[in-house]
Amino acid sequence: MRLITTFTRPATAAAALAALLVLPGCANLASPQAWEKGDLARPAMRMDGDPLEGRFSQHIFASKEAAAGGAGVGGGGCGCN
Amino acid sequence: MAVSSLRAGLAGVVANLAAQAPALAAPEPGAAAPDFELDGPAGRVQLSKLQGKLVYLDFWASWCGPCRQSFPWMNDAQARLGPRGLQVLGVNLDARSADADKFLAETPARFQVAFDPKGDTPKRYGVKGMPTSVLIGPDGRVLLTHSGFRPDDKAELEARITDALNRMAATGGRSAT
Repeated sequence: MRLITTFTRPATAAAALAALLVLPGCANLASPQAWEKGDLARPAMRMDGDPLEGRFSQHIFASKEAAAGGAGVGGGGCGCN
Repeated sequence: MAVSSLRAGLAGVVANLAAQAPALAAPEPGAAAPDFELDGPAGRVQLSKLQGKLVYLDFWASWCGPCRQSFPWMNDAQARLGPRGLQVLGVNLDARSADADKFLAETPARFQVAFDPKGDTPKRYGVKGMPTSVLIGPDGRVLLTHSGFRPDDKAELEARITDALNRMAATGGRSAT
């Protein structure tokens, strides 16, 4: 209810509308060119962190918690793992 | 008022899409290689000054693994085929020159090097992957564009380079086509 009254104020509504109209500007953020990927290539930008550490924690999960998989792209779902 | 601002917003979106036009297409084989002049560790480097030689132009960066792999091969090619008219030219595309200097200290380049931190040349050459190499004949025309570098690529690249050098020798160094 509070939210609705907030957005019925003309100034706030106009500001919200303006913010919405400005948002497509983000579409202008072009993807980096092949030679601009220096920062993306840094080890800190990896999704999975250190591969050795990842294997280690997988081992812990498997041996102590009897859990396997779920750390990456899975198999075909045949239930045979 | 809302309608007009919406229209302005839409116009902005359309303008954004237009501004996102991709970089220039890579020069086709047979097309003239775009000339450039860049700073290098040993002074200015200008592509057109290398006319008369077979130029192996390589775009590389310090953070690119295959580029690092290609350096020993390029050193070797320059040493072996340089006397026959080959000039390897490595254009570094690091935004921070300190990264390039560190790479060159670890991986010495025994061929010509130039720095393009602004990335203007790769745009004009339509570079799509790192590294990208362009083989340019003695007449300044593109013979071959190659993206990426795997150890398996060496034989093919070397065959194309030797073939071009043989043709150069046959035409008295004027052309390699």
